[in-house]
Amino acid sequence: MTVQKLPIAKAINESLRKAMETDPKVLVMGEDVGKLGGVFRVTDGLQKDFGEGRVIDTPLAESGIVGTAIGLALRGYRPVVEIQFDGFVFPAYDQIVTQLAKMHARALGKIKLPVVVRIPYGGGIGAVEHHSESPEALFAHVPGLKVVSPSNASDAYWMMQQAIQSDDPVIYFEPKRRYWDKGEVDTEAIPGPLHKARTVVEGSDLTLVAYGPMVKVCAEAAAAAAEEGKSIEVVDLRSMSPIDFDAVQASVEKTGRLVVVHEAPVFYGAGAEIAARISERSFYHLEAPVLRVGGYHAPYPPARLEEEYLPGLDRVLDAVDRSLAY
Amino acid sequence: MTVESTAARKPRRSSKRTGSSAGKAVADPQLVQLLTPEGQRVEHPDYDVDLTPEELRGLYRDMVLTRRFDAEATALQRQGELGLWASLLGQEAAQIGSGRALRDDDYVFPTYREHGVAWCRGVDPTNLLGMFRGVNHGGWDPNSNNFHLYTIVIGSQTLHATGYAMGVAKDGADSAVIAYFGDGASSQGDVAESFTFSAVYNAPVVFFCQNNQWAISEPTEKQTRVPLYQRAQGYGFPGVRVDGNDVLACLAVTRSALERARRGEGPTLVEAFTYRMGAHTTSDDPTKYRADEEREAWEAKDPILRLKTYLANEGHADEAFFASLEEESETLGKRVREAVRAMPDPDRMAIFENIYADGHALVDEERAQFAAYQASFADGEGK
Repeated sequence: MTVQKLPIAKAINESLRKAMETDPKVLVMGEDVGKLGGVFRVTDGLQKDFGEGRVIDTPLAESGIVGTAIGLALRGYRPVVEIQFDGFVFPAYDQIVTQLAKMHARALGKIKLPVVVRIPYGGGIGAVEHHSESPEALFAHVPGLKVVSPSNASDAYWMMQQAIQSDDPVIYFEPKRRYWDKGEVDTEAIPGPLHKARTVVEGSDLTLVAYGPMVKVCAEAAAAAAEEGKSIEVVDLRSMSPIDFDAVQASVEKTGRLVVVHEAPVFYGAGAEIAARISERSFYHLEAPVLRVGGYHAPYPPARLEEEYLPGLDRVLDAVDRSLAY
Repeated sequence: MTVESTAARKPRRSSKRTGSSAGKAVADPQLVQLLTPEGQRVEHPDYDVDLTPEELRGLYRDMVLTRRFDAEATALQRQGELGLWASLLGQEAAQIGSGRALRDDDYVFPTYREHGVAWCRGVDPTNLLGMFRGVNHGGWDPNSNNFHLYTIVIGSQTLHATGYAMGVAKDGADSAVIAYFGDGASSQGDVAESFTFSAVYNAPVVFFCQNNQWAISEPTEKQTRVPLYQRAQGYGFPGVRVDGNDVLACLAVTRSALERARRGEGPTLVEAFTYRMGAHTTSDDPTKYRADEEREAWEAKDPILRLKTYLANEGHADEAFFASLEEESETLGKRVREAVRAMPDPDRMAIFENIYADGHALVDEERAQFAAYQASFADGEGK
């Protein structure tokens, strides 16, 4: 039986396990990833089975984690590093942006940097500050990096396999509030390309584009809208760099309307890029301006306010109504 | 040339020092020195080298040619052939001494001033000039010479060296890794983190800090309140201060630290106490922040002059050697000059090359747009 029903966190765990079994050069590194199995238990049991030499508890130093992973990659290893939470990635941002992203180009292609940086991201878990942010656009903006985010267990499993196998650095954003959502994982399936978008719900009146934690909200919005007779298509982007614009374009040219949804602040966010590209590609097919739903230009609020800040069902449906009103 | 003889770290003597029984003075143990500024061989209780006259001449040749190369690059910048140059003038002993301590299978992580170390690794010096001319960001394959690309961001490479060394240890290899950085970089968090990681994982890495006294206009006093080599103690590994203008001492100390790393005993911090005789880079004006007297005092400690004095006094080199080296220097200068002037601008499509190993849709799209845009001019040019 190769199909299992797994929560996303466990799917990633199984994926890491398979990668380590397959390739002795794969390492897991990060704070608390060993005995504890990570604060979300994503690496649970790996150190027990693969040893401290391959599942490496690191000092509490994010720049050091990424910087040494770069060195290990130069030596021929394939490190998968965990940044414990989204807001903690910034001490490592320098190493990721000035070193990890550029070294392949600086070496005129002579060296490869197969490093995966795992970042549990996003809100909705009632955490304190620095534990609920969505900084994906900051990474997608950087040439040399690839940025992906699964929204379900099967993608969590397979996209991790593909990220580890990639010779490029991949920033792998894990939707932490979906860690416990279960889904079917076929560990012997043949996965589609890592950067291909996927249509989650078919529809004809409007396209909702989302990724990671917002895919579920958008699918629920589509179901709610269907009860009112509206046919909403939901596209799961899966990859924020590169973006599968062809898939978004095809959907928009079918529906004529586009709303992009993400948790990150709207200003300069992924939605801005998608809106601009689609306006350029599909100008004559659009029945309404591309709308965006996302976070505000404000620090992520205290937990008691996060439901106000995060795009929920009502805010998505409100945007759907505004678009359809054109 | 490679210097093959070993410089075993002598066991620390428990008895009081025996003095200059062999006619050699004993240097300050806090600053490892084997050759005084006057060119006199001295002893150190912990470090020594035993080199043949040929090996000594080899070190001298390395330093002279490196200085000549550096001078040529500075001149080329003044002539507009290079956009920038970071001179190593004054630091030849630190770089040649440490560079010649390395084995072929060791791996080097330099800053952007390690022209002498690159020389020791066999990197063609003209390849170092591409980034300063603006035709690339590093013109060599790091794995060809085990010499990583120059790193501009201060201190970042110390973490890469540490990670690489962790990999060496995992592989069960007995190679060592050396990371170069300056006194300014010692203030960076990455350097502190590399000390932590290397100590925790017992990584076979040598941290070679060239304290050249100035981080652009900021003196070492603006970086630290304790001598830099003493920092190692807080991380749990040894720190050594060596006379950075003494090529023999730099060789002995680095070799000892590398051997320690090979034995699985972990990292060492070497502080090569030296002086940057020129500007930080050709964009800098050191007359605005430092006194002439300071430079003059350091000129008296010149690394090349002291070895020349020693070679001449001991009869290890004759006039013919010095004359032939002079000729070789001029040939090198000419070769470098011609190579730089002949360096072609990169193909414009290189903008889109090697950004990703596995490709990226956006890069493909923009490459095609750029090519089409360029092609749109072809008709106007009558092509």
